[in-house]
Amino acid sequence: MQPKLTFLSTEMVEQIVSEGLGLLLDPGVRVHNQEALNLLASAGAQVDFEARTARIPERIVWDALQTTPGEFYLYNIEGQPSVHYGGDDVHFDPGSAAVTILDYKTGHQRPPTTADFVRFVKLVETLPVYDAQSTAMVCRDVPGEIGDLYRLYLALLYMRKPIITGAFGKETWGVMWELLTTVAGGAVELAKRPLAVFDVCPSPPLLWSDLTCQNLIDCARKGVPAELVSMPLAGATSPVTLAAAVVQHTAESLSGLVISQLAQPGAPLVWGGAPAIFDMRFGTTAMGDVGTWLIDSAYVQVGKSLGLPTHTYMGSSDSKTLDAQSGMESAGGVFMAALSGVNMVSGAGMIDFLRCQSFEKLVLDAEIIGMARRLLAGVQARDEPLALELVRRSGHRADYLSRPHTLKWFQQEFYIPSEVIDRGPVDAWERAGARSSADRAADRVEKLLVTYQPSPLLAELKMELKEITKSAARRAGMDHLPPLPED
Amino acid sequence: MSNDLLSQITASLVDGDPELTVSLTRQAMQAGMEPLIIIEGGLVPGMDIVGDKFSKGEYFLPHLIISAGGMQQAMELLEPELRARSQQMKISGKVVIGTVQGDIHEIGKSLVGTMLSAAGFQVYDLGVDVPAEAFIAKIKETGAELVGLSALLTTTMVVQKEIIEALTSAGLRDHIKVIVGGAPVTRSWAAEIGADGYAEDAIEAVQLASRLVTA
Repeated sequence: MQPKLTFLSTEMVEQIVSEGLGLLLDPGVRVHNQEALNLLASAGAQVDFEARTARIPERIVWDALQTTPGEFYLYNIEGQPSVHYGGDDVHFDPGSAAVTILDYKTGHQRPPTTADFVRFVKLVETLPVYDAQSTAMVCRDVPGEIGDLYRLYLALLYMRKPIITGAFGKETWGVMWELLTTVAGGAVELAKRPLAVFDVCPSPPLLWSDLTCQNLIDCARKGVPAELVSMPLAGATSPVTLAAAVVQHTAESLSGLVISQLAQPGAPLVWGGAPAIFDMRFGTTAMGDVGTWLIDSAYVQVGKSLGLPTHTYMGSSDSKTLDAQSGMESAGGVFMAALSGVNMVSGAGMIDFLRCQSFEKLVLDAEIIGMARRLLAGVQARDEPLALELVRRSGHRADYLSRPHTLKWFQQEFYIPSEVIDRGPVDAWERAGARSSADRAADRVEKLLVTYQPSPLLAELKMELKEITKSAARRAGMDHLPPLPED
Repeated sequence: MSNDLLSQITASLVDGDPELTVSLTRQAMQAGMEPLIIIEGGLVPGMDIVGDKFSKGEYFLPHLIISAGGMQQAMELLEPELRARSQQMKISGKVVIGTVQGDIHEIGKSLVGTMLSAAGFQVYDLGVDVPAEAFIAKIKETGAELVGLSALLTTTMVVQKEIIEALTSAGLRDHIKVIVGGAPVTRSWAAEIGADGYAEDAIEAVQLASRLVTA
């Protein structure tokens, strides 16, 4: 029995959906994309082309929900299903699109480069708790115009796992799709065995920008899964009450779902999000706040009630370094996401409001995720009877350490952490330099990177990917791609 | 063929299958293999691998203790054969161990005892809640070179100190090395009470014991 955490009564879920539908009628949703407005108008929505708003009647939403798949799989680079979006299955991927990385030696943030991201992709490959890669950072040694596709290109060269990504432009989406079809063996194959999910983010309140709308439509038409990442900011871009923020999330997500299904009925979608409470002291987006987690868990419950795959942004921290704050915020978020049964939990490795990626934190978070997975496995009846025979055999002897039963079960019953978690005697800790878990994580990063196994992708395919990326770079005014790090 | 059997014995210890270790040892004896060859060519290499894997973090305490149990059982089979040949397993040393008076925790102490036995020590385990007099009597009786005092409580740690003082009063302190262990015990506590050694885990305890008896 997978333990499950919910915060809403059935009646409240129904009310949230009902009010979400109400918002789609009045005030309606802003849609800054002509094609989407056309689709909505012909489906019977009341569209004001000048104001670029659409009032969407309930019937269209229910029809769209009818055609949205309740589950789908992501496939790895070898074509094996490896992530199941659906039910209460829980997966994790690193937080994405960091604009800086934490330089552990200096303790300061700096812009990431090609070499940094390649190292990061390799590190993710070596950590089994991460089910998917993400285009985790934006390399600053290429022009901003190709920032989105360049990181996908790099990831595709080094990864085996599927990837969570996103486009920053309308045109670059096409290049990214081309990269993916090259690896998958064509458009049909890619639709049949999706290797990537694209995040598409409406802007709160109730706005689909031209860019995200187009990404959403393109994903639907090509059969590429899209993750709706609505992000109400409670108290700033949405009402402050958590339930009201969830209503706004519902309306934004449902409108995205309608646009996608009108573009292509049956297109795979994820009910995702990255909401936050607005910190009333600093005016910042607090990802590590307990209120943020409550909004997350609640909207996930709403998504599940609609029969949809789910995603959330949890497990990141707002701290600027790897300290007690980053530990407590990451653990709280990961545990709550796992117990909420979120299909894809993004955020690992990140600090500073999703601005900064940290290799060391990715390794620390892997421990939290390991614990969370153990939490989900719960307390199981391994023997029948549970204990009578076991205890009677030993009588009053404390000899369990030497029982074969212990050897058989201890690695399933206990979560066994890596050396990052210290449970040795104090003398050993002193002798090793009295170091913190973050210091040990920094050592582990190096140790893990040595174990990285190269991607099985053929050299010719890699060349093709390079040519596609190079011509996009040329259009952005860059004649040569930065050199790849030597293997 | 005989080498094959020895490597199977080694593998059975590494795999943590004491029953197989015992039956393979019996098989080797029936095939006429010399007991010392079985020990040095089959059992000892197995325990070395297990200890090594433990130190690397690949193996855990249950592996360690179950393999050591297999080793002990095999040794029980072999000892009469050794005696019959007037041979002797080279004994690493004699050690008396116990959990000190007032303390009934035995896991750590037994683990160290098992590992010491597997490493060829003659171990006299006095159990738990052992008064100083019992340690003294056993040391006199056996002529042990080493005594191990275990304490799991901060309140019983002081008894380790009292026992060391009692050993001095009994005139034994110059003839015996004292090692101390237990969760709250640290290197500095060991130094403070005048013990000869302290180890962080069972593997290190064996290394420490070997060092002390040859010193």
